[in-house]
Amino acid sequence: MNFWNFVTQNRTEIAELTLEHLWIVGISTLLAIAIGIPLGILITRKPALQKPVIATANIIQTIPSLALFGFLLPAPWIGERAGRLAILALTLYALLPLIRNTYAGIKGVDTAVTEAARGMGLTDWQLLFQVELPLAASIILAGVRVSMVMSIGLATIAAAIGAGGLGELIFRGLAMVNNAVILAGAVPAALMALAADTILGWLEKRLSPQRAG
Amino acid sequence: MDGSQAGIEFRDVSYSLSNGRTVLHNLNLDVRGGEILVLLGRSGSGKTTALKLVNRLLEASAGEILIEGRPARDWDVIRLRRHIGYAIQEIGLFPHLTIGRNIGVVPSIENWPQERIQARVVELLNLVGLPDDIVSRYPHQLSGGQRQRVGVARALGADPPILLMDEPFGALDPLTRSDLQREFLSLQQKLRKTVVFVTHDLHEAMLLGTRIALLEEGRLVAINTPDEFLKSPEPLIAKYVQAFGSFESVRGAR
Repeated sequence: MNFWNFVTQNRTEIAELTLEHLWIVGISTLLAIAIGIPLGILITRKPALQKPVIATANIIQTIPSLALFGFLLPAPWIGERAGRLAILALTLYALLPLIRNTYAGIKGVDTAVTEAARGMGLTDWQLLFQVELPLAASIILAGVRVSMVMSIGLATIAAAIGAGGLGELIFRGLAMVNNAVILAGAVPAALMALAADTILGWLEKRLSPQRAG
Repeated sequence: MDGSQAGIEFRDVSYSLSNGRTVLHNLNLDVRGGEILVLLGRSGSGKTTALKLVNRLLEASAGEILIEGRPARDWDVIRLRRHIGYAIQEIGLFPHLTIGRNIGVVPSIENWPQERIQARVVELLNLVGLPDDIVSRYPHQLSGGQRQRVGVARALGADPPILLMDEPFGALDPLTRSDLQREFLSLQQKLRKTVVFVTHDLHEAMLLGTRIALLEEGRLVAINTPDEFLKSPEPLIAKYVQAFGSFESVRGAR
């Protein structure tokens, strides 16, 4: 069976798995943003926390993904559903680029700018939301982009624990020794990664503070 | 607001770093309302430190600073800073905001109505000699001299009675610097702010200062009017005067 035949015959299933994949990646990226950006901001304010937080995120990232899925399996509530487990694991992986880029982005703001802002009487929150975050936005977004592209690839492995997504086709193809089936999972995943990379890359450029005009 | 009441008093003020090094020793200094007090000194003399103690970017280790008769530490720090304009050599314009929004920052965080902010921005642009149409541009599109004018305009944003200036013209080429110094003098004649002006440049000190306070290694050496300064028997002052040469031309220009 060739690739195109397989794709046309199974397009509903492929579409469903693509949506499932997108859901896992989307939710985990949102969760990682909700956790990682505040953590990144926190460590710019509490320098003592910087090393332990970055180190922890670093260590998480070095755990092989299959092993991480395995570790999380016995967790209560999370372990009950493969989808939840996959989302948690992907969230943990996505944290490092977000924390690191948020930290680097804020630290990279010209000290003359932050000092002028403080000297003029901006409160800490005004400094953060009106000066630091807007100026760090493109670097933070670069972190989102790295996380998301990585998650799209990693999410294929989540199928190994039954979380669904495009990995399901890849594993099925591997078991059937059928390249067409593997490709039916791999190609949409690769396209998704490319699309995420392009869209977020475009946004990143738009948010860059040095834009002309 | 003529600022004539907006005095600043340093009373036995010391500042030490966390490593124990003392940057300022028992500074006693009186900045009178409406004058330009120049803090003159070489790098490391403590002049910038003294300046930052006023708007509490640094907190004094000992002693007390009175702002309009009230101890700085009794002021709400945000209120205090919005009451004091601040301009620095590096300017620190917000690169992501237009010139208009840069100048309007303090009025806007003070919740002025939009029309009033816009009117104020135009007024300030005229005051510092910039064209109105610059409002929608971004800082990186301006020349160094224009940027520093914007920096001064921004410091004047909400019409603070006190102005702190830390070598604001130090990074400019000599001609632009000279233009801005003269413009600033004539501006001050209109505005009568209480100004503390930090510089290491004796020419600038002589030109701008109502009085000059010379700092050396964290101590106040002397405080004089520019004319007294030239005649002072103080050996360090004599050294400065020697190093900078004749001042007749500078004084004549005022």
